[in-house]
Amino acid sequence: MTLLSIDWFFLIEKILLISGVLVLSLVVAMYSTWGERKVAAWIQDRLGPNRAGPMGLLQPLADGGKLFFKEEIIPTHSNRFLFILGPSIAMMVACMTSAVIPWADTMTIAGRQISLQVADVNIGILFIFGVVSMGVYGIMIGGWASNNKYSLLASVRAASQIISYELPMGLALIALLMLTGTLSLKEIVEQQRHDLWNVVYQPLGFFIFLICAFAECNRTPFDLPEAENELNGGYHLEYSSMKLGFFLFAEYINMFISSALMATMYFGGYAYPYMDKLGLSENMLALTGFLALFIKTLLFIFLFMWVRWTIPRFRYDQLMRLGWRVLIPLALANMLITGALVLFRHH
Amino acid sequence: MQTLTNRAKPVDRRPMTFMEKMYIPAIAKGMGITLKHLFQRKATVSFPEKKRQFSPVFRGLHVLNRDEEGRERCTACGLCAVACPAEAITMEAAERKPGEEHLYREEKYAARYEINMLRCIFCGFCEEACPKDAVYMSETFAPAMYQRKSFIYGKQDLLIPNPKTHLPVNNFRPKKYNSQT
Repeated sequence: MTLLSIDWFFLIEKILLISGVLVLSLVVAMYSTWGERKVAAWIQDRLGPNRAGPMGLLQPLADGGKLFFKEEIIPTHSNRFLFILGPSIAMMVACMTSAVIPWADTMTIAGRQISLQVADVNIGILFIFGVVSMGVYGIMIGGWASNNKYSLLASVRAASQIISYELPMGLALIALLMLTGTLSLKEIVEQQRHDLWNVVYQPLGFFIFLICAFAECNRTPFDLPEAENELNGGYHLEYSSMKLGFFLFAEYINMFISSALMATMYFGGYAYPYMDKLGLSENMLALTGFLALFIKTLLFIFLFMWVRWTIPRFRYDQLMRLGWRVLIPLALANMLITGALVLFRHH
Repeated sequence: MQTLTNRAKPVDRRPMTFMEKMYIPAIAKGMGITLKHLFQRKATVSFPEKKRQFSPVFRGLHVLNRDEEGRERCTACGLCAVACPAEAITMEAAERKPGEEHLYREEKYAARYEINMLRCIFCGFCEEACPKDAVYMSETFAPAMYQRKSFIYGKQDLLIPNPKTHLPVNNFRPKKYNSQT
């Protein structure tokens, strides 16, 4: 249906897809808090939340409800505008990254080809990089606007941590791009569908990317910006109510998105072994593909939590040394070797 | 130096080797340990549904005993109050009147007998001091209550039910959770 030279079905389809992806990432983030507490409890030989609903499954709703009803406090000497802007940016940016991740192959519904990806832009990886590094502005602005020494210290830490770990992350990705020759996430997945997963070709690159993803998400052992026992909670020290909730929520969404990203780039995305030999219909293929991606993502989220409850936090100088003196040389070496091999194969 | 256990290890102060500096094997080992704990039996006891077995020597809230005919055993001698290191026990003695022989075992009895459960340290000295087998410590513990004065247990809270009548006699009233009185 084309009216006023706009394809309305296309518009509806995209709006539905965007809302679906948003709801999915919010629900996953919500239940990550539950999962985090369960995993923490199990690792420490406890039971975890089990009072609200069966197995404590209503716990995230109770937590969210509590946050909404908490008193909203804006400190007198803070910058009111920036104080509200901080968590807004953090939340918005966290929700934006999901746009370029291909959740599944195309589906055919009522004769229309529907791609289960909000936007298949040919600079997908660049887009993610740009948006993710904007996420730290939320932390920086929030910490700065709080007018509190601890928050300021935390935002300085967050900024320098992002700069230090964005570099090896980018270098690890360059090696991957040399192999795939494309920036579009969809094409990267399609290549892995007919070939081995990228992690086989890029084990070191994946490992560097994994460490940097931990650092970018401010997860233990790199959770220095929100170090409870050093900085009283860090950049969100002065925040209460849902503004605090947004900061915490943004962290979990970031975790979900980076897990999905790692699964997409290194572990085949929605592709799973023998998927083309099962003889499934196109729609079933897309559905099982989505399930495969979702399971991979959940496994990565579990890895995030597992590491958090195993490893203690780095000291700040150790963090910087690891970033600049270990990861960047490693990533450079990885890039050079990959480049040499790609060149060798072409000749 | 003599060690208490044979598990003591001398501190290794040699500089770290390359493998140790990589930290990866150590991290993998640590993650193996946490993964093992993920599937281990949990130590938590889900309290209101499941109650943990008390040990046989557990000392909980006190009870005042009666003899086989349902008469109070306590003679208000005050030995428990003297033995109490926390000074939690207060009592007032009274003389038994003719016609009250079915209520009190001997000529003297405790008209008032109070134990402050907030002061009590549950040491069990009162139990040991009692020459008449009147005060015993049960296997229950004090419930949570809103007011301090509800932790002062009087005779009606402490006396066990009369075995003669078998009914929950009106002078036995177990304290309820969140009692407002």
